[in-house]
Amino acid sequence: MNLAEKVRSISGEDVLSCYQCGLCSGSCPVRFAMDLSPTQVVRLVQVGNIEKIFESNTFWICSTCFSCYARCPRKINITKIMEALRQIRLRRDQDKIALSDIPKEELKILPPIALVSNFRKTTA
Amino acid sequence: MKKKQSRIGIFVCKCGGNIGDVVDVNAVLEVIKNWEGVTVAKQHTYLCSKPAQEMIMDAIKKNKLDRVVVASCTPRMHLATFQSVLERAGLNPYMLEFVNIREQCSWSHGPHSSEEATRKAIMLIRGGYERSMELEALETISEKGSREILIVGAGIAGITAALQLGYLGFKVHVVEKKPSIGGNMAKLTKVFPTLDCAQCILTPRMAEVGRNPNVNLLTYAEVEVVSGRPGNFNVKIFMKPRGVDVDKCRSCSVCAKVCPVTVPDKFNEGLSERKAAYIEFPQAVPSAYVIDFNACTKCGKCEQICPSKAINLEDKGKTVDLNVGAILMATGYELYDARKLENYGYGTYKDVITMMDLERLTSASGPTSGYVKRADGSNVGRISIVLCAGSRDKNHIPYCSRICCMYALKQAFVLKKMLGIDVHVYYTDIRATGKGYEELYWRDQEAGVVFVRGKVAEVWKSRNGKLVVLAEDTFTGNVTEEEFDLVALATPMVPPSGLKELAEKMKLSLGEDGFVQEKHPKLDPVDSLIAGTFACGCALSPKDVRDTVSDALAAAAKASLFLKGECITTSPEKAYVIEELCDGCGICIQTCSSNAITMQDGKAKINPFMCTGCAACIPACPKEAVEFKNSTTKQMIAHLKGVLSDKEPEEVRIVAFVEKNVGYTGMDFLGLDRINYPENIVIVPVPSTAILDLKHLLYAFAFGADGILIIEGQQEIDKLTKKRMIEMAPLLAEYGIKTMRVRYSYVPLPVYKKAADLFTRFTERIEKFGPLPIEKRDAIKQKI
Repeated sequence: MNLAEKVRSISGEDVLSCYQCGLCSGSCPVRFAMDLSPTQVVRLVQVGNIEKIFESNTFWICSTCFSCYARCPRKINITKIMEALRQIRLRRDQDKIALSDIPKEELKILPPIALVSNFRKTTA
Repeated sequence: MKKKQSRIGIFVCKCGGNIGDVVDVNAVLEVIKNWEGVTVAKQHTYLCSKPAQEMIMDAIKKNKLDRVVVASCTPRMHLATFQSVLERAGLNPYMLEFVNIREQCSWSHGPHSSEEATRKAIMLIRGGYERSMELEALETISEKGSREILIVGAGIAGITAALQLGYLGFKVHVVEKKPSIGGNMAKLTKVFPTLDCAQCILTPRMAEVGRNPNVNLLTYAEVEVVSGRPGNFNVKIFMKPRGVDVDKCRSCSVCAKVCPVTVPDKFNEGLSERKAAYIEFPQAVPSAYVIDFNACTKCGKCEQICPSKAINLEDKGKTVDLNVGAILMATGYELYDARKLENYGYGTYKDVITMMDLERLTSASGPTSGYVKRADGSNVGRISIVLCAGSRDKNHIPYCSRICCMYALKQAFVLKKMLGIDVHVYYTDIRATGKGYEELYWRDQEAGVVFVRGKVAEVWKSRNGKLVVLAEDTFTGNVTEEEFDLVALATPMVPPSGLKELAEKMKLSLGEDGFVQEKHPKLDPVDSLIAGTFACGCALSPKDVRDTVSDALAAAAKASLFLKGECITTSPEKAYVIEELCDGCGICIQTCSSNAITMQDGKAKINPFMCTGCAACIPACPKEAVEFKNSTTKQMIAHLKGVLSDKEPEEVRIVAFVEKNVGYTGMDFLGLDRINYPENIVIVPVPSTAILDLKHLLYAFAFGADGILIIEGQQEIDKLTKKRMIEMAPLLAEYGIKTMRVRYSYVPLPVYKKAADLFTRFTERIEKFGPLPIEKRDAIKQKI
């Protein structure tokens, strides 16, 4: 599965229909803090350059305000794409946390929801 | 009875080796010559050749044949050839039955000769033989048509078509809703790519059409009612109250001078004002004033002062009745409402304007006499042009408006090179596809017009009063904010308001985009889906002046071709009502999408000129009173009987009902590609799969079919048949037939190859089921 297909399977969004007009970047309120623009990130997904995306901070900076989606002329939900990239990034890592590493005393007091979400986000 | 009288001639073609190498034609002749009524059975290497045609003609004359079966290639290739052979031999051309044993036999079951292929050929010819005995002589239908033509819209498209048709000698009526002809083009300054003055090239044509004695201009008028049929449309035109007698008015402008009422001038896009007594623009045709009764206070000053006594403030308008043979839609376009583009601030900031506003601002006859000014009257140093402002956008207009790139390039060049204004063009893709178009792009770049590749995100007003345009320069990835004095939005062309209502009155189909739907996007680009109704220019889709003019010339040619000669003709192969059976329930009328059915003296009547041959009315009739010429129930049953007559009890056979035009062409392509499919598939062509009723399926099963495939190629009919299939499924179950034995498939031309796969898989399925049990077959036979 190539990157565009993988992103679609996670987000349900068709990245390939983007025609790179730049409206998302122009509408993004946190663009100033990003190194690559959302348009560029979408392009990198189209061509499958995941490494370059992971070097950038764009998909972490995204504030999920959906401004890009509201204006996108092809109705692509870029916010969902950013979330998909975050998930791919997280899932790719080796387990950052292992159950055996957590002291038993801590396990007793940790809320289950915190554990579950932590495993979901930081384990492969 | 009929069988005894028939004298049938069957002619089988070898098509060189195309048929002869696979099918043993001599063996075929040995079988068919013994069939009852077959007076002549002959073969030829090339049946379409001239000597072979003469052979058939001789045989017809010598043996007094009254019907002919030709077994050769596809009827799409040579039906007309052999129909003409019959005609020349003195037989009605519809007494020909055409059997396709090339595409549907030798090419699909080759390449080596086989008994199966020979048997299949005989099977197919038997179908044609049985069907031929039910053939009826038919005549082309014709009636006297009106030689007058109605053109709706008098922009450059309507004017061009009217001139063309007028010179050809047709009486042309041109209806225009505005007071003057000229349309949108009259508002433009210069036109691309040559930068010549739009008015200078348009107004001579306007004057010419005004002078042409064959052209009747009906300005300030609207089409109210359209009835009748192609060749004889009855049209009611409402002439809106104009308050001024066009013939008497000398356009001296005194009325406007004394008029106390001022309103925004629509011709100048509301950028200036005019009086309630006004003329749209100086070169208006007809050159006459008009009273805007929405604004007029009826003070009577103009009426008193008019030196020609042309004004009548009590004008209520009038209706005009026309009888025309053809209608030409030249309804043009409107621009998308820029207010809907909220992030661009049109309507909020006065200096955010549309490109049409900019046309008026750069026009010497415009509100600023050609000096581009801001709303407050100050000078303009920097302008930005925003392309794709609403087009190519799923939130607004999904299609590309096609001409915006070019008029933006034109306008940018004029502003930069002639007026010395800095221009930034924000674009997504520059589409400059046309003669001299790319060159203009080049000239723009050389002139120093700045191109920024990025769709504008927002426009707002900064504290210093300038407009700020925010967009990403997608080539660098930087978001840019630039200040401008004016921002011009290139809004897309959309169908004019009122087109939808007019189309409903005319039963004219519009496309998804709201423009008139053409009959074929490539090969019939100016025909609408209704015979005798044509469209050109922006009535069909966004177009520039050049393409609009080409369209108008084409539509004029098509309209004149339609009305050539005294009579309008159409094929007899249409639905018709058997009067004795019709009880006037009117159900068929509801099924007809082309409004071809009317009730006359308590009986339904189908107009063959309006009938599109979809056949939806046929299964709908509870009295079985509607039939299809040359595809009657009798003919179809005979055909089925023929192709199933040799079936052995243990074998499995499948009847494939295939729609005659598109679907059948796909089957031909399978043959052309030499794609093999099982021999037990027999294709039975039908004019439309919507004609199929439970009885057809039952007859097929009764005669020996074990499975039925239905293949449709036309989208409009697909919907009808799909619905019918759902209705028929439970009825089949009542006869103990598994619904899995019947399968419907929509096979438009591009996917014809899937039919071969469908044939193979369906045959496998039916083979698994085995032949339909004899008890079931007998039970059906008894019931029918």
